[in-house]
Amino acid sequence: MVMNASSSPPVRRSRTVCLAAVAVAGALGLLSACGGSSPPKPGGALSPGPGQTLPGFPGASGTSGTVTVSPPPGTPSTSPTSGQPSAPAAANAVTIKNFAFSPPKLTVKAGTKVTWTNTDPDAHTVTSKQGSGGPLNSAALATNDTYSFTFTTPGTYPYFCSIHPFMTATVEVTP
Amino acid sequence: MSEDTHDSNGGGEHGMTRRQLMRHSAWFGGAVVLTVVAGEVISHIPGTANSAPASSADLHFVQVSDSHIGFQGPANMDVTATFADAINQVNSLGFRPDFVMHSGDLTHLSTPAQFDQVKQMLSQLDTDRVFTVPGEHDSIGDNGPRAYRQAFGHNTLGDGWYSFDTHGVHFIALVNTLHLEQLGHLGNDQIDFVRKDIAGLSSDTPIVIFSHIPLFAMYPTWGWGTDDAVQLLSMFRRFSSVTCLNGHVHQLFSKTEGNITFHSARPTCYPFPKPGQGPAPLPQVLPAGRLKDALGIRTVNYWQGNHALAVKDTKLA
Repeated sequence: MVMNASSSPPVRRSRTVCLAAVAVAGALGLLSACGGSSPPKPGGALSPGPGQTLPGFPGASGTSGTVTVSPPPGTPSTSPTSGQPSAPAAANAVTIKNFAFSPPKLTVKAGTKVTWTNTDPDAHTVTSKQGSGGPLNSAALATNDTYSFTFTTPGTYPYFCSIHPFMTATVEVTP
Repeated sequence: MSEDTHDSNGGGEHGMTRRQLMRHSAWFGGAVVLTVVAGEVISHIPGTANSAPASSADLHFVQVSDSHIGFQGPANMDVTATFADAINQVNSLGFRPDFVMHSGDLTHLSTPAQFDQVKQMLSQLDTDRVFTVPGEHDSIGDNGPRAYRQAFGHNTLGDGWYSFDTHGVHFIALVNTLHLEQLGHLGNDQIDFVRKDIAGLSSDTPIVIFSHIPLFAMYPTWGWGTDDAVQLLSMFRRFSSVTCLNGHVHQLFSKTEGNITFHSARPTCYPFPKPGQGPAPLPQVLPAGRLKDALGIRTVNYWQGNHALAVKDTKLA
């Protein structure tokens, strides 16, 4: 990515731009004058694109009062325990830290149950790489959430975080 | 962003020192000029400055982004409260925006309860219409995209994309948070939709494209880019003015490439580090009282007959 060290000051082009603006105003006038199926809407109402119905939903009318917030249903306020030392990695454990799976390549014997623990403040998933046909498919893991899977078939299991797909790792299962 | 956190809002003082502003401008890349006053960042392309007061604009719309409803952690102990603050700030602008776009990561974990809560909150925006595009946090697993479409997908096409028009501006809302490999991804179906969508447009029509993940390569190492964006953007070379507005990166960033200008928005939840600073895009924990300086809303004004739109970013009050 190229980032210039200085921005060019806003000079010299104003006359050209004025002319362009006039030209465009003319063009827009023409456009709205001969604009297709729907009649021009002077107030500039929102209209859907060709062949569509307007998505979205209406907002409120009037600025009465402040925003009310209903409490989220059934969310326990479990604040993550900070400063908890991460346990030394067992041979069947993967730690998610700083947006990386550690170890990035884990080798286990068939029949081993592997457990992933998310220690990051953001959520992650443990998901088999698309097209690999792999079995890993965790829900979103919040801080300190874990996910386990028992590998029964030898092979190579590439996986990633589907929220942050640049996070990739593999489990190698030996007979 | 960390540079412009030094004013206490409304004081009328410049939000950063001249040196900071220069650094800030350099960071923002070439050809986008920034004016920073009282916690506001106003960006425009040189030569297109419009000195008319915002209140005289023909079209006003607002972008909010990255509310991450459901997040719990020290970076923001109450994302619901900061999002409510953002909504109140929109409702106190002094004008009624024609529409409000939430550019994704409405929720943190894509649960139906989180979608329900964020939709209830969005419905309290004082505006004609509320639009959304999904973020990758709204697209988690097999159920995430389904729950998103259930809450917000009414009348959208494909995986949730659509377009609309107002005041002579054509708006396109895209989904680039599904089928991810390394980066954001649009897919051929969506690119075909856009090709047909813009086929009949005059090249003088101002275009605004919304997506969650940036359509430019802001920092691919952290997934801050879209792998097939070039295919998309090449179709827009004939237009006089194309403005791409995104979220995802939780910080202000603007750059121009030819006729296309990109603006990443502030979040309403918590900031991320600048590209490459630190090991990962970890939620940043700011000193007490400084969080709101990193959060904000964006207003965009447009005067009919102009090419360019005036983009103004305001910190959370």
